Amino acid sequence: MTDVLAVAEHRQGELRDVSRELVTAGSELAAETGGDLHVAVIAGDVDAYAEALSLEGVDTVHTVAYGEEFNHDVYTQVVIQLFDELAPSYLLTPNSVNGLDYAPAVATRLDLPLVTDAIDLETAGETLVATREMYGGKVETTTEVEADTVAVTIRGAEWPAAETGGDPAVEAFDADVEEGAIGSTVTGFEEVAGGDVDITEADLLVSVGRGIEEEENLELIEKLADALDATLSSSRPIVDAGWLPANRQVGQSGKVVTPEVYIAIGISGAVQHVAGMKGSDTIVAINTDPNAPIMDIADYAIQDDLFDVVPALIEEFQ
Amino acid sequence: MKVLVPVKEIATVEDEFEIDGTAIDERFLGADLNEWDDYAIEEAVQLQEDGVVDEVVTVTIGDEDTEQTIRQALAKGADRAIRVWDDALEDLDLLDVGAKVAILEQVVADEEPDLVLTGVQSGDDSFGATGVALAEAVGYQWAAVVNQLDLDGDTASVHRELEGGIEELTDVEVPAVLTIQTGINEPRYASLRGIRMAQRKDLDHQTLADLDVDPEAIAGDLNLTAMYEPESESDTTVFEGSADDTAGQLADLLRDAGVAQ
Ligand SMILES: Cc1cc2nc3c(=O)[nH]c(=O)nc-3n(C[C@H](O)[C@H](O)[C@H](O)COP(=O)(O)OP(=O)(O)OC[C@H]3O[C@@H](n4cnc5c(N)ncnc54)[C@H](O)[C@@H]3O)c2cc1C
Repeated sequence: MTDVLAVAEHRQGELRDVSRELVTAGSELAAETGGDLHVAVIAGDVDAYAEALSLEGVDTVHTVAYGEEFNHDVYTQVVIQLFDELAPSYLLTPNSVNGLDYAPAVATRLDLPLVTDAIDLETAGETLVATREMYGGKVETTTEVEADTVAVTIRGAEWPAAETGGDPAVEAFDADVEEGAIGSTVTGFEEVAGGDVDITEADLLVSVGRGIEEEENLELIEKLADALDATLSSSRPIVDAGWLPANRQVGQSGKVVTPEVYIAIGISGAVQHVAGMKGSDTIVAINTDPNAPIMDIADYAIQDDLFDVVPALIEEFQ
Repeated sequence: MKVLVPVKEIATVEDEFEIDGTAIDERFLGADLNEWDDYAIEEAVQLQEDGVVDEVVTVTIGDEDTEQTIRQALAKGADRAIRVWDDALEDLDLLDVGAKVAILEQVVADEEPDLVLTGVQSGDDSFGATGVALAEAVGYQWAAVVNQLDLDGDTASVHRELEGGIEELTDVEVPAVLTIQTGINEPRYASLRGIRMAQRKDLDHQTLADLDVDPEAIAGDLNLTAMYEPESESDTTVFEGSADDTAGQLADLLRDAGVAQ
């Protein structure tokens, strides 16, 4: 029998979607061996979060009302204490920016093998088998972990959200947070990427990635956007290079867009990019690499050089 | 103040490739400086140029071939480099987070840097966990996914890039490990002078025994058992033909969808 401890994530008063997906991943694992699923929620209005976490498959929600928002030192200390108390086999956290700010520390302190960014999990006897991607999604791998206890971070949007209607016990966990060991202080939040254009409003997005190679070449994509009367957006490297402002960036750390048609030009389709555009009605990819992940996500694909296809497409609309 | 920058040479894969067992067939692999580490090096070098930092040291776990990549880091302005390699590492098909930390923590113990700047992740196996795990192992403070850094005495004031265009402002006590996100700066190209100077900079090779690393810690508990091309999940329509043909088909699609005339 193997118990699972899953740590929920919230921000600025909202439980994040991945928390419900984590419950699904956790309850599947627990069910395979007849173990229990424990869910921890730390900081903020934990009673409200516990209510929202009363999902199918959850046996116990452990609440720790300490602080308002995420602090990695507090999370690290509390998760270690819960792990010691509950002695689960598996620790599950989201593979989010905050998940990766404490899970590796917890794993190190508890001497647990760590698998990050899992997209599927199974057990084979005592062994945990995790599926992960490598090389920006060009291949998938399975990794077997030979240990009684394992820490895993799971990728968002890979498991369905757990259904409501569970009836877990809710228990306040009496964590002993050592204030002296807290060496980081969150002083605030800032929203970035405001500005003139709102790419989330567009029906047709022409989106450009690193395949464009040079800043001068951006003109070609701008011409296409003009010809189509479309809005121009991009993947991250274009914004990192300063070729387009941050409000044009699609993805995990940029904007989530849902246009009628999204044309990805010279974009590979890394998971953090896809997080921002997979809700588009129709996805078109223009890419030289038939194995780029975007070519699989796309509804329509052109496997060719953008410097040949884009001028021809501009021609069509002049 | 001293900065240590762990630098990884990543494997890159050609468009068309074959898989051999649990790895990409070597014929289809290339090598490159990890994109995120390029930004970490730049951040360290800029701190040095600003007079905040006295020395920038890089550390790479890699065989002799990686010296080409290490010289790139030196050419961009790092002062000296450490390369850790050992026969014991040769046969591993996966160096997991725990194994990397077992090595890097000894380097931190020797060098005693005030700041360790790692990349957020590596572009090939993308664990994204080495920096934070290292921090805990050596008892340093940390912050993950940093896209702005200001040092003021013993405090690093950072912006952490969260999801959805939100940044978290955090003060972290130094010594600390910060994992650096792309876009924090504009990495420079090495100058010709930099490249010449890099040839003369110290590049020190260390074995596991030199560093007192327990060989047991390197084996790790993770075993790569399969590698395959992902199964197609959607049915993609591929437009065939010349660029004119495919552009024509796409134009029809856009007109039919009513999003362009
Ligand atoms: C914490 C975190 C947050 C992130 N947030 C985001 C985010 O919000 N948005 C985002 O986009 N990324 C984000 N990233 C980065 C992401 O991991 C990828 O690095 C990035 O999306 C890659 O951008 P790209 O597809 O333009 O470049 P690449 O991956 O380099 O792809 C370029 C593509 O262009 C193709 N190509 C090259 N030449 C041509 C040609 N002549 N014609 C046609 N095709 C060509 C290539 O085949 C390749 O597929 C984030 C990463 C991290 C770690």
